[in-house]
Amino acid sequence: MSEKVLMCGNGAIGEGAIQAGCRHYFGYPITPQNELTAYMAERLGELGGVFIQSESELAAINMVFGASAAGARAMTSSSSPGISLKQEGISYIAGAELPCVIVNVMRAGPGLGDITPSQADYFQAVKGGGHGDYRLITIGPASVQELYDWTARAFYLADKYRNPVMILGDGFLGQMMEPLEIRKIKEPKLPEKTWALTGAKDRKANIIRTLMLKVGELEEHNKKIQNKYKRMEKELIEYEAVLTDDAEIILVAYGTCARVCKESVFLLRKEGIKAGLIRPITLWPYPSAIIRKISNNVRYVLTVEMSAGQMVEDVKLAVLGRCPVHFYGRMGGGVPTSEEIVKKVKKLEAHRPEDDQPLAGRHKGTKRKE
Amino acid sequence: MQRILAAGFGGQGIVSMGKMLACAGMKEGKHVSALPSYGPEMRGGTANCSVIISEREIASPFIAHPDTLIVMNQASLDKFSKLVLNDGLIIANSSLVEINNDIRTKTRVVEVPANDMAIELGNLKVANMIVLGAFARETGEVKLDFLKAALEKIFPPRRHNLILINVKALDRGFKI
Repeated sequence: MSEKVLMCGNGAIGEGAIQAGCRHYFGYPITPQNELTAYMAERLGELGGVFIQSESELAAINMVFGASAAGARAMTSSSSPGISLKQEGISYIAGAELPCVIVNVMRAGPGLGDITPSQADYFQAVKGGGHGDYRLITIGPASVQELYDWTARAFYLADKYRNPVMILGDGFLGQMMEPLEIRKIKEPKLPEKTWALTGAKDRKANIIRTLMLKVGELEEHNKKIQNKYKRMEKELIEYEAVLTDDAEIILVAYGTCARVCKESVFLLRKEGIKAGLIRPITLWPYPSAIIRKISNNVRYVLTVEMSAGQMVEDVKLAVLGRCPVHFYGRMGGGVPTSEEIVKKVKKLEAHRPEDDQPLAGRHKGTKRKE
Repeated sequence: MQRILAAGFGGQGIVSMGKMLACAGMKEGKHVSALPSYGPEMRGGTANCSVIISEREIASPFIAHPDTLIVMNQASLDKFSKLVLNDGLIIANSSLVEINNDIRTKTRVVEVPANDMAIELGNLKVANMIVLGAFARETGEVKLDFLKAALEKIFPPRRHNLILINVKALDRGFKI
């Protein structure tokens, strides 16, 4: 094991990218992810890579498009308002089936909002922020080490599936400092990028485009990428389960909120309430199967987010009415505290008799508070 | 587990204190996290940093009730003193912070006239290190040598000429 260094999350993302062989970074500054842009400027300078502080977010994402089309491992990063600006390019990259890594260190919105942490870009990341039927592999790390590990892995996954990968962090994860082990990246060897635009001397020219005007061509292309997404759903799902075996209630949270929820689970256990936690690591594809399975054995699920309730929709789709799904959230830079979550659970515990009714036995007209 | 909240003006080296504590904790082989309040804070604004040093994995890096509150200015004491639990500790930069009797009866308070002592040493900016030295002695949570070793990590190589005076400040705080 190599020696650990104290590093902030933004720096860890940068080093993960470097270790994965990313030598092309394009970005435009925005708080709270600036340490990442600065880190890439310094490291790529040392390594002789390409660092461009672009004139705009639009330019940055299209530079990623170009570098990726030429076969390079390329990355851009920003925070919420900047990621909104990149959506057109992201849709094009997904449509062109190009690999790249996009980092969103989320801040509070809507609009310019402020620089405080948030998880309110979940919909944008996992439901498609740009136009068209496309998906991003979306990862929600929850520690500095995970930011490093998953950014490095993101480049492998992007190349493997020829698909953009989004690292979805938040302001606190970006700023937080924790020990980081700069592990050697070991990924299986991938085939040559024979599709890349590397000069067509002595071979047929490759063409990368998203405009498909021939009748039926675009539908076939859509079917192809949808099949790819189905494969990802089978192959990619990752989550962490904490004390779920004997749990009577389950919290579901990702990223910063999952860290807080983990502490809440420990606090609740001390008070004799059998709580557990499911922490989705892949936000798309979503770990629906495990949530569905667990929802058969628990009285209710509580989803906690730094938003008005976005991921909770995916939790409800997984649970499909097997048990009640509740929500606790903070917005606009507020971060739920472990005490607040414990309080919310105790409040829900007080409503137990109603929640205990089996689904089939519930009166059809009963109004239930969610 | 030791939960430390350090707070003061931007420019007093609050985040550096947090980093130093986390580095020293790491050297002890413990789990650490350091969460700076980030924001448009520049010199004169407010800054704070939550540091956890723990035997076990740290679930939440947030601190509701610090075991030790380090306050470098009055505003930070006024804002955070009520969060400290009864058996907690407040280390105050008494050059700028006045502790009332109400706080003194509830919580153990260590007063360090850090600004004055730093000026005596010849550099006001090392007041934070004097307070850290006092923290190491009062809590035994981190070794003084590990704090000294952390200086090399905190300062970029071009600033390593400042290590000596910071070491002196750590020693000075430790000997109060």
